[in-house]
Amino acid sequence: MRSRFYNSALDGGAVVIILKHMLNHSTRLDGVFAALADPTRRAIVERLSRAPASVSELAAPLDMSLPAVLQHLSVLEESGVVKSRKVGRVRTCRVEPAALRTAADWIAQRRAMWERQLDRLAEFLDEEDEEDKGRRK
Amino acid sequence: MKRGTTYGQFVIERVLPQAPARVFAAWADFEKKKRWFGDWHNVLEHTQDFRVGGRALWRGRNDDGVLHQNDTVFHDIVDNERIVNSYTMTLDERRISVSLQTLEFAPVAGGTKLTLTESGVFLDGYDGAEDRVRGTNWLLDHLEAALRGD
Repeated sequence: MRSRFYNSALDGGAVVIILKHMLNHSTRLDGVFAALADPTRRAIVERLSRAPASVSELAAPLDMSLPAVLQHLSVLEESGVVKSRKVGRVRTCRVEPAALRTAADWIAQRRAMWERQLDRLAEFLDEEDEEDKGRRK
Repeated sequence: MKRGTTYGQFVIERVLPQAPARVFAAWADFEKKKRWFGDWHNVLEHTQDFRVGGRALWRGRNDDGVLHQNDTVFHDIVDNERIVNSYTMTLDERRISVSLQTLEFAPVAGGTKLTLTESGVFLDGYDGAEDRVRGTNWLLDHLEAALRGD
């Protein structure tokens, strides 16, 4: 299947970086090839190459069940092509490597970092409340 | 390295069940702050001099082994109400951003509304989104060709 995603000009630099990253990080290339052999997984990678996305955002345009999407994501994660992180109830996925992240990704990541920090802050304040209650008993 | 500057801004709001003085203290009191700030990394260095013109430094490694450094200067402090700081973020040797951040602690019914507003310039070395879409597509295209055997 040749989709509209496959008609762009060459950008060898980015590819060299991706391949170097894969080799340097001892990602199994056969796993990467296997992961990208599937058109759904390629569509997911293409989507994530534009910006990180949540699992539900990734699933929305795909004509399949959520468990099937999760199965594809787990293959991509095992291959090292995609990484994900859970913040609160939302799992956000992004493509590796870090060297190819866009500025937009950095802003999204920074936001996610501060969201995590504020989660921790809220937990800390609740802990303090508990400690205070303990002392007053 | 490709040079580039991209401006970005984001706002995060949280309503917390504690009073503003408590929430403020979690930032201002370093002994408290150390208990929650940056703990998902392996912390190598963490200091804070909480006064106008004072600095805070945070250095640590994440799971990938990348050295993160957050170097903060406090510009404005209003007890229990507001903190204005700026900070640079460095990954290994690369400075990736310079940000201006405000933390506002507003009393609301039942607690505090904490508003974190950050705007910054994100620096260098990152392909534009279009470049990366192209690069990824080129890779996928060639993998597809390789898998087909041509």
